[in-house]
Amino acid sequence: MLETSTLYGLLGIVLAALGLHAAILQPDTLRRILAINILGVGVFLVFIATAYNGPDAAPDAVPHALVLTGIVVAVAATALALALLRRLEATREGTDDE
Amino acid sequence: MTLDALFILDALLAALLLMLAVAALHAHSLRQSIILFIVFGLVTALAWARLKAPDVALAEAAIGSGVAGALLLAAIRERRPGSKASTRQNRPAWQVLTVTYLVIGLTLTASWAFLDAQANQSGLRLGELVQAELANSGVSNPVTAVLLNFRAFDTLLELAVLFAALLGVLVLGPARPAPRGASPVVSHLVAWLTPLLIITAGYLLWVGAHAPGGAFQAGALLAAVGIIVRLSGSPNSGLPSGIWMRLMAVGGCGVFLFVGIASMGGDASLLQYPAGWASILILLIEVFATLSIAASLLLVYLGGQPAAWVSDKERGHA
Repeated sequence: MLETSTLYGLLGIVLAALGLHAAILQPDTLRRILAINILGVGVFLVFIATAYNGPDAAPDAVPHALVLTGIVVAVAATALALALLRRLEATREGTDDE
Repeated sequence: MTLDALFILDALLAALLLMLAVAALHAHSLRQSIILFIVFGLVTALAWARLKAPDVALAEAAIGSGVAGALLLAAIRERRPGSKASTRQNRPAWQVLTVTYLVIGLTLTASWAFLDAQANQSGLRLGELVQAELANSGVSNPVTAVLLNFRAFDTLLELAVLFAALLGVLVLGPARPAPRGASPVVSHLVAWLTPLLIITAGYLLWVGAHAPGGAFQAGALLAAVGIIVRLSGSPNSGLPSGIWMRLMAVGGCGVFLFVGIASMGGDASLLQYPAGWASILILLIEVFATLSIAASLLLVYLGGQPAAWVSDKERGHA
C-alpha cells in the first residue's frame, strides 16, 4: 500500500505540473497568476510530504517553517502581480480609447 | 482497519484536490475559477492537517486561501465585462503539444527523483537537530523555534520581501474605489465579529510559542478583519493614517533588525539572542511582525494608498 507521504508527494508533483502547464498556456493573465498559485501549493505539498515521519513520530519542523514563509511570500508576489496587471490593463484600455 | 480507513480518506482528499485544481484552472468563467481556487485552498488545509502540519494548515486557510482569494476576487470585480485587455491569442497546436510533453517529462522526472529520495533516505535530518535543541530556543513549538530562532534570518528576509511587495503595490497607484456600503445586517454582523476576531488573533499570536499558531496566522487573521471591515463599508478598513500606518508597515522588519543588531556584540552574531532572553525577544518580534503582516496584507488588498493618505498629501501641496 502506498505510504501517506508518497501519496501526497506525488500529488504535489502532479499539482505543480498542472499549474505550470496552465501558467504557460492559459491566455488570460489573471488565470495564469492563479495557476502559479496552484503550482506553489504543489511545491509546498512535496516539502511537507518529505517532512512527514509517519503517524506516530513528530514531523520535521524545518520544511514546515519554510512552507509558512513560502505561503506569505506567495501571497505577496500574487498581490504585486495583480497590482501590475491592474496598471497594465488601465494603460492598455487608455491607449485603445484614443 | 483504522489505517485503511485513513488511507481511503487520503486517497479521497488527493482525488478531490486534483479535481478542484483542474476545475479551477479550466473553469469557464473567471469568477468560478477563483471560487474553486478558494475551495482548493481550504481542502489543502485538510491535507496539511493529515500530514501533521497544523501551523501550515492555519496559514493556508487564512493566507493562501483567504487573503489570496480576496485579492483575486477584488481583481476581477473591477474588470469590465468582455475586457480583452490582457488576453492573448490562442497558441498554435505545436506549441501546446511541446509544452504539454515537456511538462509531462518534468513530472515523470520529478516523481522518479521523489520516489528515489523516499526509498534511499540518508544523511542528516535537520528535524532531529531541531528537536534536540528545542529546549534552548525559548519556545516549545518547533515550527516557531525554527522561524524565530534557528532560522530567524529567513523570517527577517521574508518580512523584507513582504515590505518590498507592499512598496511595489503602493508605487503602482491609488487604492481601488471602496465598495458600496453593505446592508445593515452585514454591518451589524461585522460589528460583532471584529472584536472576536481581534481577540482570536491575539490568542493565535500568544499560543504560537507552544502550540500551532504564531505571527503569520495572527497577522493574516487581523488582515481578514480589515478586509471584512472594508467590505462592510469603511473605506480605510479602520487603518490609522499617515505616519502610524507607515510605522506599522515597517515595524516588523525594523524591530526584528533592531533586536538582531542590539543582541550582537562580544562573540554573538546577528540574531543570536542572549541566553535567557529568547522567549521575551521572540514575543516582542512576533508582536510587531503580526501588526506589520496585517498592515501589509491589508494595504496590498486595498491596492494602494488609502484615500485619506492621498488627500492629505494633496492638501499639503495646495
